[in-house]
Amino acid sequence: MTFDVTTIRKDFPVLHRLVNDKPLVYLDSANTSQKPQVVIDALSHFMETGYAPINRSAYQLAAKATDAYEATRSALATFINAPKANEVVFTKNATEALNLVIMSWGQANLKAGDTVLLTHMEHHANIVPWHMLVAERGIQLRWVPLTSDGQLDLTNLDELLKGVKAFSFTSMSNVLGTINPVQHLCAAAHKAGAITIVDACQSVPHQPTDVQKLGADFMVFSSHKMCGPSGVGVLWGRESLLEAMPPFLGGGNMIADVRLDGFTTAEVPAKFEAGTPAIAEVVALSSAVQYLTQVGMHNVRQHEIELSTYVLNTLNARFGDDITIHGPINPELRGATFSFAFRGIHPHDLSQVLDQTNVCVRAGHHCAKPLMKILGANATVRASFYLYNTTQEVDALADALDSASDIF
Amino acid sequence: MAGLEDLYREIILDHYRTPRNRGELEAPAVSAEGHNPLCGDEIRIFIDVKDGLVSDVRFNGSGCSISQSSASMMTTAVKGKPVEQVRAIVKRFKQMMTIDEDENSSIDESINLGDLEALQGVVKFPVRIKCATLGWNTLLDALVESDK
Ligand SMILES: Cc1ncc(COP(=O)(O)O)c(C=O)c1O
Repeated sequence: MTFDVTTIRKDFPVLHRLVNDKPLVYLDSANTSQKPQVVIDALSHFMETGYAPINRSAYQLAAKATDAYEATRSALATFINAPKANEVVFTKNATEALNLVIMSWGQANLKAGDTVLLTHMEHHANIVPWHMLVAERGIQLRWVPLTSDGQLDLTNLDELLKGVKAFSFTSMSNVLGTINPVQHLCAAAHKAGAITIVDACQSVPHQPTDVQKLGADFMVFSSHKMCGPSGVGVLWGRESLLEAMPPFLGGGNMIADVRLDGFTTAEVPAKFEAGTPAIAEVVALSSAVQYLTQVGMHNVRQHEIELSTYVLNTLNARFGDDITIHGPINPELRGATFSFAFRGIHPHDLSQVLDQTNVCVRAGHHCAKPLMKILGANATVRASFYLYNTTQEVDALADALDSASDIF
Repeated sequence: MAGLEDLYREIILDHYRTPRNRGELEAPAVSAEGHNPLCGDEIRIFIDVKDGLVSDVRFNGSGCSISQSSASMMTTAVKGKPVEQVRAIVKRFKQMMTIDEDENSSIDESINLGDLEALQGVVKFPVRIKCATLGWNTLLDALVESDK
């Protein structure tokens, strides 16, 4: 399929709404993405015609609901080229998926004095659970530093990986836009005897993903950032690793047997899916996967490289030294997520001014406070683009930025 | 829709550009730190309480125009005032910001907020109320410190 952003935009109803008689310029997709009509329809269609419990009841409606739920698991496995569908575990979001793998795998494999390697560009969701393990069992954390243009500084990677049990890192920074060399990092980690956990929240929605080619051991991402409903996170892990891990949450669905004196767990992935999940949302996620597959993830990536090029050229040409854009300047090395500082205007004030023309950006620390400290800021403004964004919207951003200078 | 002119009044921008009482105080003055987790703003309020008077007050930290100017205006409003009166001003300000927790309390009309009235427009931008009140809540924490 050839990629045409005008056609794509027709699929996203919210992009056609006017706010105060002006079009919406949604530049916050790194936060959460908008939804195409097919996903909205899938959600309401399932609610209207197929909603029922899964895995529990024998009647046809429930059996069909279970099939639909499991169909999403298979669709996701295909989408990321996982060897087996049962390696895909549903959680409530990527944060829970990270907590699951960190706590469960950590409990089984980490003891006092063991070291885990992280990077300076991690989201809090890939930092705080590790801090919790530091407090709980006395593990140690090491950090891969950054270069001045916001890439991982891999000069001493082999040294940093020495004796490390796990290397947990983001595939793409939600602040800097930097795309990390996941395949290379996984290979280096494995050589050092470490397992890898890849926080792929920012890459799975934006480029093709092949977990086998990347060589990862665990990968997490969120439905809501990839055109799917909120309330669903995904953990993919190698079957053998998942099988060897203790359960995370205990309760219904995750057991094979419960007695007065104990329990045995169900097989993977049910072992990690305690309680009633977001049934309709998981079902509708399969429409998002189908939608993105039809558009083509290579096309999405190509569109975002073109947008990134346009963003960098436009903002630098119009504002020169008045704007500092963080992260790599080569569009091939980055996603279309841009954090920047502008004319000394505080990000919160700037985003307020941009909102006057419906330019929706995020201002804040982006759940990456250690990284913000390294950037020397408490906050940045972040404009993030997705498959439905256009170069006209980049211009709208630039115009809105210009108007902010008149106030402060 | 509320316009930006409701938010960024000239007096607010003036306090933002030239903050009053910016800086630190040495012990025996006490201080407290406040954070706005939403945007990462940080503020520290120093107060020197002598004989029941807030004899001196300073603030530092970084943040948006609303949090900084509100803190600056606050320092001018409370400096040299008795602690009880300072608490009353804080209460009155929080009422204006619609975040006074005591719903039954009546508005003390005798308290004149003066320049602080300029911050009234913030209420039309609910997300920013937390910015405007950051320094004030931190001042309350500092008063608790000074009681220790
Ligand atoms: C890199 C990264 N990791 C983790 C998360 C957490 O995702 P969620 O909020 O869906 O749990 C996000 C998104 O906020 C993210 O950008």
